[in-house]
Amino acid sequence: MTAEKTVLLLFAALAGAGMGIGTYTFVYAKGTSYISNDPKVCDNCHIMNKEYDGWVKSTHHAAAVCNDCHTPHNLVGKYETKGLNGFWHSFYFTTGAYPDNIQIRKRNRSIAAANCRRCHSDIVHAVDGRYPKAQALDCLRCHSEVGH
Amino acid sequence: MDFKNRAKAALIAAALAAVAAAGVTALLINIFERKQEAKNPFFRVVDLDEETEDPAVWGKDFPFQYDGYKRTSEMRPTRFGGSEAVSRVPTTEDPRKSVSRSKIEADPRLKTMWAGYSFAVDFRERRGHAYMLDDQTYTGRQKADPPGTCIHCHASVVVPYRKLGDGDLMKGFSKMNALHYTEARKLVSHPVSCIDCHDPKTMALRVTRPGFLEGIKALKASQGTKDYDPNLMASRQEMRSFVCGQCHVNYYFRKPDKRLVYPWTKGLTVEDAIAHLDKDKFQDWVHADTGANALKARHPEFELWNQGIHARAGVACADCHMPYKREGAMKISDHHVRSPLLNINRACQTCHKSPEEELKARVEAIQAKNERLRGEAMDAVVALIGDLKKAKDQGRKDPAFAWAGDLQRKSQFMVDFVCAENSEGFHAPQEAARILGRAMDLARQGQIVLRDAAFKPTEPLSGPQ
Repeated sequence: MTAEKTVLLLFAALAGAGMGIGTYTFVYAKGTSYISNDPKVCDNCHIMNKEYDGWVKSTHHAAAVCNDCHTPHNLVGKYETKGLNGFWHSFYFTTGAYPDNIQIRKRNRSIAAANCRRCHSDIVHAVDGRYPKAQALDCLRCHSEVGH
Repeated sequence: MDFKNRAKAALIAAALAAVAAAGVTALLINIFERKQEAKNPFFRVVDLDEETEDPAVWGKDFPFQYDGYKRTSEMRPTRFGGSEAVSRVPTTEDPRKSVSRSKIEADPRLKTMWAGYSFAVDFRERRGHAYMLDDQTYTGRQKADPPGTCIHCHASVVVPYRKLGDGDLMKGFSKMNALHYTEARKLVSHPVSCIDCHDPKTMALRVTRPGFLEGIKALKASQGTKDYDPNLMASRQEMRSFVCGQCHVNYYFRKPDKRLVYPWTKGLTVEDAIAHLDKDKFQDWVHADTGANALKARHPEFELWNQGIHARAGVACADCHMPYKREGAMKISDHHVRSPLLNINRACQTCHKSPEEELKARVEAIQAKNERLRGEAMDAVVALIGDLKKAKDQGRKDPAFAWAGDLQRKSQFMVDFVCAENSEGFHAPQEAARILGRAMDLARQGQIVLRDAAFKPTEPLSGPQ
């Protein structure tokens, strides 16, 4: 066996091990469930207990699930957001470097804000009307707890 | 690509794959741990009973709570409260390696206010539960030969009281009150401990301090509820404040038996406390400069909180000072009791969604105003003491002099009520400001009546003469 072959074999073995562990972790962590729209999935790791419990009792319970407000309404944007959040959630849960009262990040906040307007456009177009976009009202400033 | 470069690329790729695999494994182990923890929130490795006084034993069953409890030894000040550690050289009389800052050196007006009383000798900033017993054992106020009553709030007393009272908590309490402090000190060994607030069988919160049991009974009786027993009649949320209110209250040592009494027979406001003490013809000491029958207010956190918006909204002491925290998959209440300003995310942001800096700024804005008003009120009291001292030196004994002395007693108690309170006004900002405003008014009225005997102060002369 040449040296080149040994190195390649080593690489293949390592990559294979990585893939194996990755697949196992994916299955063990119910990875496939994250493709769905079921709000229970967002509470898989219990960090969202408070938010989930709040949503169950909220007015939006009948009208929207987590993804309706927290992901963009196009296929690419939706799974891009899920992927990004999934990565950072895994990262922070593993390191433990996150506050007990979780904080929404800027990107996710603007997605949620845009989704308020998507459903409630009939009401807000009159509110927004003649003001330039920079001065647009922020729904979440007053209604931050409407979903949960 | 030649062999060398290909080998290099393969090695780099392998290294990256290894790092990724390590990261994913860490995630896997983490998820595994959380799932295991969620199955068993705690393991009982030792049996706890009514004799288990040592918190370290409880700590074997509840390591996370015990860990937080131990961390009350950390000294971190906020802008207006607390203190960094001030190191000192230990002596045989006082083996403490550190103390907190002196409050009377920082504001000498306090010495004027407390002239002739032991608080003018040594009075320091607050620090954590871990220090309560040592700081009491070695304070300069020990020179005044305090009674065993003081132990009530500075040590774990449930087991010692029961032992001393042959199984009867109240009897043990009465017996220890009658001892000298140095004698009583030998009967206790720990600062406030698990058993003081928790039932060892069920871990349910409970009240064990006789002072509180009698005080809250008197308060509820004044509101029309007979034979109130918090351990049977209080709600779970009330207990999350009552356990703290066992000690974080204003109190006095009733004469002649030096029994610890919370002056709550009229209610919880500062005026209610004065009315109670007036009726009991009580004074803590006779003011050295003016001869007034003076009163000392003690840390009325429970009383002031009761007047504030958070109490109104049903927020308990523990909600902000022992908020829930996550330890792995477990949710526990943080036993590292401290200022919420040192723990804003858990303490405030559960309800208040504003950024941490904003919340801190809001609290400090309230405290800064309180600090300013407190200084102005204290100036008024010090001015009255100055006038009374002059009048006393002139040999005055007329009714106007007595009335001004009574106004010193009241205004001084009001300023002290806010000063000694540990939230710098935050527990009830409007009430703190109202008290300080009233103190200022009464002190200035005292100055007027000394100058003009025809002047009728709005507050009747009601204290002991």
